[in-house]
Amino acid sequence: MKKLMLGNEAFARGLYEAGCRFASSYPGTPSTEITETIAKYDEVYAEWAPNEKVAVESALGASFAGARAFAAMKHVGLNVAADPLYTAAYTGVNGGLVIAVADDPGMHSSQNEQDSRHHAIASKVPMLEPSDSQECKEFAMLGYDISEDFDTPVLIRTATRVAHSQSAVEQLPRQERELKPYVKNPQKYVMVPANARGKHVIVEERTKKLITYAETAPINKVEDNGSEIGVITCGAAYQYAKEALGDKVNYLKLGMTNPLPNQLFLDFAAKCKTVYIIEELDGILEQHAKALGIECKGKEIFGCIGELNQVIIAEKLLGTAPEVTPYPEQLPIRPPVMCAGCPHRGVFYTLAKHKITVSGDIGCYTLGAAKPLESIDWTICMGSSISCLHGYNKILNEKSQNKTVAVIGDSTFIHTGLNSLVNVAYNASNSTVIILDNSITGMTGHQQNPTTGKNLKGDPAAAVDLEALCHAIGIKRVRVADPYHLAEMEQAITEELAVDEPSVIISRRPCALLKYVKHNPPLHVESDKCRSCKMCLKLGCPAISMKDGKACIDHTQCVGCGICGELCKFGAIAK
Amino acid sequence: METKSIMIVGVGGQGSLLASRILGNVLLQQGYEVKVSEVHGMSQRGGSVVTYVKYGDAVYSPVVEKGEADVIISFELLEAARWAVCLKKGGKIVTSTQTLDPMPVITGAASYPEGIIENLKGMGIDVTAVDALSLAEQAGSAKASNVVLMGVVSKKMDFDEAVWQEALNQCVPPKFIEMNRKAFALGREA
Repeated sequence: MKKLMLGNEAFARGLYEAGCRFASSYPGTPSTEITETIAKYDEVYAEWAPNEKVAVESALGASFAGARAFAAMKHVGLNVAADPLYTAAYTGVNGGLVIAVADDPGMHSSQNEQDSRHHAIASKVPMLEPSDSQECKEFAMLGYDISEDFDTPVLIRTATRVAHSQSAVEQLPRQERELKPYVKNPQKYVMVPANARGKHVIVEERTKKLITYAETAPINKVEDNGSEIGVITCGAAYQYAKEALGDKVNYLKLGMTNPLPNQLFLDFAAKCKTVYIIEELDGILEQHAKALGIECKGKEIFGCIGELNQVIIAEKLLGTAPEVTPYPEQLPIRPPVMCAGCPHRGVFYTLAKHKITVSGDIGCYTLGAAKPLESIDWTICMGSSISCLHGYNKILNEKSQNKTVAVIGDSTFIHTGLNSLVNVAYNASNSTVIILDNSITGMTGHQQNPTTGKNLKGDPAAAVDLEALCHAIGIKRVRVADPYHLAEMEQAITEELAVDEPSVIISRRPCALLKYVKHNPPLHVESDKCRSCKMCLKLGCPAISMKDGKACIDHTQCVGCGICGELCKFGAIAK
Repeated sequence: METKSIMIVGVGGQGSLLASRILGNVLLQQGYEVKVSEVHGMSQRGGSVVTYVKYGDAVYSPVVEKGEADVIISFELLEAARWAVCLKKGGKIVTSTQTLDPMPVITGAASYPEGIIENLKGMGIDVTAVDALSLAEQAGSAKASNVVLMGVVSKKMDFDEAVWQEALNQCVPPKFIEMNRKAFALGREA
């Protein structure tokens, strides 16, 4: 019987059925649920790695040991893992190696909109691209066959609307696979220049063979509807095009987007008077078609920004649009906010109050940039808060070092912040770093990490001792403060900013959404005591608003953290 | 059958994922091709969230755009207003009367719009408004508003109640099933 599955769940099912034995990933929206799902199968060893580079290297090692192995990450995670990827492209594999990379057109939960197909092209690694959940499963399985047949890692690219859409999937039994014996072979595995030169030749030959494969691969499908119009497409864009254009056009749907076939493009185009290329983000299919001399239109119509959908395609190509009735008034926006009881709030309130310049990082706490706290000055990528602060302070020195901090979550700190903190200690910038330790990887939906004391399967694991770690790399001033106690947090921040040496403040309080966290009863406002000063509203807590001129706390949201009560000068907020 | 489009809208954290799973499960049991598109990650943190559920003989795109939805199920009034533009002519809205102030309202930069239900009716929309929060609290938890609304919606669709009950069994963890059955029943009676 078919089951509704997220693309990510189906992907995991495909890995399982194909006999995958090893998965190592770092969480990242929209890729996270692949690894969470595969961890539920007892036959597969699955782990959260500290970052994507570690994940891919670990998966490569498992492949050398003869297992079918896997690593998953979001698009920006592949940048972190690019180093092992580009050389694994040379060594090839022993057991098959599949790497999932999830792009985020429209940036639902990302800091940029990069197109991962560029990495496949640049690393000379084949890339498959499913367009629904059933294909996620099938392509994951096919990925292993291609990996082993062509001796290469295989990238499988999804996007938000594939990864996070559910559609029906046929489940089949697992095909158990023997480990392939590891045979010592330095020419293949030791990438010193003398060996790598030989391997580069093999990589180029492999690409030629893969192009031949792509010419007739069943996942590169032609749908001939007898039309004079041809559409070349891939991934989610295929689904949008099918919905908008139905059987009115012919399709060349590419399930393999690197390397691309030549003759298949030419033969398809030869039968059409007009060719459109419909692809999200960059014009990669289009550039290939144009290099082959095919006259076609793509990015000049659709652009390379944001997601496509069926309405955009119908409007641009058919000139039709659905009838729309707008709501008669302008409505206030509802941006994401830090949750009620979020431990990060006390830190950002204090930083905003003292007008501190804040070097931000990637996680829930990026929401400290939003109104009304507006505390964060810049956010780039995982781990960058500490290194950016270091460079900033090295230039501005006494002009900046007593009024700037870096903020970074526990998981992000372990991911790549640690290297940056080593640099702060080693090259001695007078920087203050606040590790926002909420005992979980929050934004991606509560994954364990090396600081939490649990592993992916929920079993007890070694926990990084953050205080000892910071001391060990040469930071002498390390202190812990509770962000629910504003006075304690304020004292920690002002004191550490005042000293003339690097320092770390660990703001420690578990995420309010964690199931084991016991909440206090909701607070309420004693209206007669409330003077409507709106001091409590400065926290940006979604549970507090003004009703009939007085502050009011929504009992369905409040978790009783109490920091609004600490701020109220009139004692109007009561338990 | 022509593809039908349902949107489930609300505020991140209100439980739209469970609602979409229940609905998707019901539709799959009826033999339709089904696609459900969810949003995870940052927008789940108290932002405006939308989940799409599409079903029919063949469903391609998982997303629903302006002017395409047959039904909107809303957990919050302002969100019902925000997404109403996505309805087809003759579309329906089933909404909770719960209101949650968005940050611009909390900071005083904007005020919470008034007369939303009247405005929606004025747009020619068939509106069903239910105090799902009170009913959920009556069932045992404010968090069950999503299942109360599923109860309301179940009365408006032509599927046997048994199919909905089966979907509840499949989507809700056993220790919460009794409370959710009660919430569903209160929604059906509303």
